[in-house]
Amino acid sequence: MKPFAYHKPDSVSAAVALLAAHANAVPLAGGMTLVPTMKQRLAGPDHIVDLSGIAGLSGVSMDGGTLVIGASTRHADVASSELVLAKLPALARLAGRIGDQQVRHRGTIGGSIANNDPAADYPAAVLALGADIVTDRRSIRADDFFIDMFETALEPGEIVTSVRFPLPDAAAYCKFANPASRYALAGVFVAKTGDAVRVAVTGAASAVFRAGDIETALSESFEPSALERISIDASGLMADIHADSEYRAQLVMVMARRAVAMALSPG
Amino acid sequence: MSEVIGIGSSPKRKEDARFVRGRGNYVADIKRPNMLVGVFHRSEHAHAILKSVDVSAALAVPGVRAVFTGEDMKADNVGGLPVGWGIKGKDGEPMKEPPHPPMAHGKVRYVGDAIAFVVAETEEQAQAASELVVVDYEVLPAVVGLVDALKPGAPAIYDEVENNLCCDWHLGDAPAVEAAFRSAAHVASIELVNNRLIGNPLEPRAAIGEYDFATGQYTLWTTSQFPHVVRLLMGEMVLHIPQHKLRVVAPDVGGGFGVKQFHYAEEAVVTWAAGRLGGAVKWVCQRSEGFVSDAHGRDHVTEAELALDEAGKFLAMRVKTLANMGAYLSTFGPNIPTNLYAPLLSGVYVIPSIYCEVKCVFTNTVPVDAYRGAGRPEATFVVERLVDLAAREMGIDKIEIRKRNMISRESYPYQTPVLVEYDSGDPRGCLDRAEVLADVAGFEARRAEAASRGKYLGLGISTYVEACGLAPSRLAGQLGARGGLYESATVRVHPSGVVTVLIGTHNHGQGHETTFAQIVSDHLGVPFEDVSIVCGDTDRVQFGMGTYGSRSLVVGGAALAKANDKVILKGRKIAAHQLEAALDDIIFEKGEFSVAGTDRKKSFVEIAGSAYVPFDYPLETLEPGLEEQAFYDPVNFTYPGGAHFAEVEIDPETGVVTIMRYTAVDDVGTVINPMIVHGQLHGGIAQGIGQALFEHGVYDQTSGQLLSGSFMDYCMPRADNLPNFLLEQHSTTCTHTPMGVKGCGECGTIGSPAAIISAVVDALKPLGVSHVDMPATPNHIWNIIRSSSARLAAE
Ligand SMILES: Cc1cc2nc3c(=O)[nH]c(=O)nc-3n(C[C@H](O)[C@H](O)[C@H](O)COP(=O)(O)OP(=O)(O)OC[C@H]3O[C@@H](n4cnc5c(N)ncnc54)[C@H](O)[C@@H]3O)c2cc1C
Repeated sequence: MKPFAYHKPDSVSAAVALLAAHANAVPLAGGMTLVPTMKQRLAGPDHIVDLSGIAGLSGVSMDGGTLVIGASTRHADVASSELVLAKLPALARLAGRIGDQQVRHRGTIGGSIANNDPAADYPAAVLALGADIVTDRRSIRADDFFIDMFETALEPGEIVTSVRFPLPDAAAYCKFANPASRYALAGVFVAKTGDAVRVAVTGAASAVFRAGDIETALSESFEPSALERISIDASGLMADIHADSEYRAQLVMVMARRAVAMALSPG
Repeated sequence: MSEVIGIGSSPKRKEDARFVRGRGNYVADIKRPNMLVGVFHRSEHAHAILKSVDVSAALAVPGVRAVFTGEDMKADNVGGLPVGWGIKGKDGEPMKEPPHPPMAHGKVRYVGDAIAFVVAETEEQAQAASELVVVDYEVLPAVVGLVDALKPGAPAIYDEVENNLCCDWHLGDAPAVEAAFRSAAHVASIELVNNRLIGNPLEPRAAIGEYDFATGQYTLWTTSQFPHVVRLLMGEMVLHIPQHKLRVVAPDVGGGFGVKQFHYAEEAVVTWAAGRLGGAVKWVCQRSEGFVSDAHGRDHVTEAELALDEAGKFLAMRVKTLANMGAYLSTFGPNIPTNLYAPLLSGVYVIPSIYCEVKCVFTNTVPVDAYRGAGRPEATFVVERLVDLAAREMGIDKIEIRKRNMISRESYPYQTPVLVEYDSGDPRGCLDRAEVLADVAGFEARRAEAASRGKYLGLGISTYVEACGLAPSRLAGQLGARGGLYESATVRVHPSGVVTVLIGTHNHGQGHETTFAQIVSDHLGVPFEDVSIVCGDTDRVQFGMGTYGSRSLVVGGAALAKANDKVILKGRKIAAHQLEAALDDIIFEKGEFSVAGTDRKKSFVEIAGSAYVPFDYPLETLEPGLEEQAFYDPVNFTYPGGAHFAEVEIDPETGVVTIMRYTAVDDVGTVINPMIVHGQLHGGIAQGIGQALFEHGVYDQTSGQLLSGSFMDYCMPRADNLPNFLLEQHSTTCTHTPMGVKGCGECGTIGSPAAIISAVVDALKPLGVSHVDMPATPNHIWNIIRSSSARLAAE
């Protein structure tokens, strides 16, 4: 690890000021991604701005009909939150299957979406549910947030403060875990609100994406059988030693069908 | 409570008291005064000429004390890493044994080959400086695959090694095999791959070298399974340090699995650097560095055939294997796919003639060497796949064909056509019991139930035998071992009656501190808690060959039993003197020496105490003290064996293989500690399942980069991948080891891959699948299902 200066501000504005004042400064949330890359010397920030001292950045609440999750809320806390379990159980289940115990007790929702790993789970939920990402300076729609592999709409020094989830009528997430890393090899989040169905796929391509054909079919009939005659084009999907793109295409469809079945019979 | 805890009991493991509290003492924990830290700069390319290595920028980093290169070591006359076992080819010529410098000079031959060693005051400084080492590479084409490496025109890894062929080796009677094949009613043939594995012990490797100017003494602390052998190989052959000037310490070591049973370059580099700098130099392997510098395992490509008569009786077997050596020969590299492979090809069967050819091949990959099972899982996999295939092709039930061909219990000792003579065993007994435990009778009903849920259920079987307890030295010598493979133990009875054992094996997770203490407690009648076991320090322990090849109990335990016998004899002599009786009249029982037929007796503690303060011993026949040393050289290998059943369910939509049941009945000879044996079998089976379903060392075929270079991509088996195992022992007693023990460390790893793949293939039987290569990953299985379904649809 390369040497760095460590800051622990107690407010969002102080954190933003620190990030603006120093070149090569980055925020630190759970550190589950940032710290390993620093240890491997792949990242070498000169300044670390630890967000964990900022009160009010973590926690779960309702704002009218919207579920609000603070950026510093840990995966384990989302997974076990009574409120999330009651209002958006699919999200609690998703959080409960991220990584392992240790990771879930450190990693945060803000860190996860800011990082935008192509195989991360949260981005699928955020995109499928049409959530809003609130930062220190604005609110960004999910459809505009995830740009490409490890790339988001965040500006340098911009901090995610919370994520606002509108509540769907039915939703579920189904993940096929990479046997080695346990990240998603293909993860599909389906959300039905009124007649509208949004479906987001993670793990299969260079970044999370919405699967238009699946959405259309499910808008007509929100049943697993509606997907039986649909396939997804493998050519745009990733291939690596764990899964070729044809297999990923298969997994996307299988996970989509299973997610619809789960959404129809939650529990 | 002080009590005797003897053979057959399951006390909790002594060593765990410190391990579970985080009080172990590993090499990485050790700090020496003014210790410096070293980092290796390793090759980014699989094959390249080193045009220059510029270390000036690295040397300028504050805190950096030295940057050494392969040229520096060469200039200092440092030798190459030696091979402990040399084999000869079909033509009688010795294997090609090109030099293996601890750090490369002239050329690098795999991604991870060490180029420079940067020594600094802190690890951060050394790492920063290592990034500034500038290497001018002339990149050469690389070859990583076995078949490719032998092709004409393949990149030559060594100028002096034609076709990258290290050795073209064989064993068996080729004409007899040819004749048998000509008369066969059926021939089953198969091509298969034994996948490359990366061992990944929990504790990464580490080494500290230290040089003391005052005494001229070197010390090496290292994560080794055999410190005395490191002292011998590194001292005599690499660094030219006389063995009495070199101490090698392997303290607590967190798992080995073979990975730590070689003399590694890093050990020589830190020790040599310590001498150059006059102090202590430490290196701790990073996990990702381990992937490209720990020796890998397996990596075979094999064609095999089995000839049968019309009744399904085996007539002969023919096996042709290509074995990957990697870029250099590791300590036992060439021995594993030859001497530890071909002699096991008879399995538990009567096969009148066998012929095996093995080509050992150099490639631009990390050196390949022993990994738990070492040669024997590979042999078992070949035999069992062939037997399954023959059964299916001839329409014979796969359990039935095994029964027809098994060596019967009455036929032991059984001389195989491939060198080894099995002393004892009862394969049929193991199979019959396993068949019951696995509820084979109920399988078809379970298969139908799974089918009703749209899943494929498969039942797999594997039998196996292994040769372990390395090794009868005379035989090993004939096979090319460059030193004997005996073991030694000293039993030191202190005046208090408390016992310290100094033994030449090494404990790195197997529970030796417990097992060996039970043997002493049992034999000498002393309380279990009064026995402590010392290993892993060449200055404390006489000499020993270390731990590998399931040899510790078989060979080390035998030396210990012999030393116990000597202690008892000495104690009887002392008792005879004190009780004024004839030696023959002194009997030793339950920790007491007594005169037969009288109530005159002395306790073990009394004898021990008096042994150190005598004033009237007849010194010509009785010396003071109670300490004995024994060496044991086995007369044969031992042959544990068994029968394993696996039941797997396959989800055709995703290709996921789920293990529903796993049953094993093993013959490990006498069991000292049932709990520890159970643990060894569990770990071994988990590791074998890892090979069958998950683990794969994958190289990019063109660039020679390791694609599975971290746990993100190299899939280790985890608890949630495994069912509860149903295990039993069906032991026969080894006829030639003192306690009848056979060893159990590798059984699980040997029996399980073939059982799992047998089950996977059985599950896919409706699709006409006859073989599946390992690892049977979801993608791999789904591809097979898809192509087989398409083929069936077209037919
Ligand atoms: C072993 C392991 C397994 C894992 N498995 C999974 C898995 O199965 N599924 C999955 O989805 N994830 C997985 N993860 C990732 C993990 O869950 C975290 O989500 C991820 O590491 C990032 O969250 P963090 O809080 O640790 O962020 P950090 O590592 O602290 O930060 C990550 C990046 O985001 C930036 N950042 C952090 N917070 C903010 C913020 N509020 N505003 C702006 N930028 C910010 C940081 O500067 C950094 O660049 C795994 C991680 C590990 C180590």
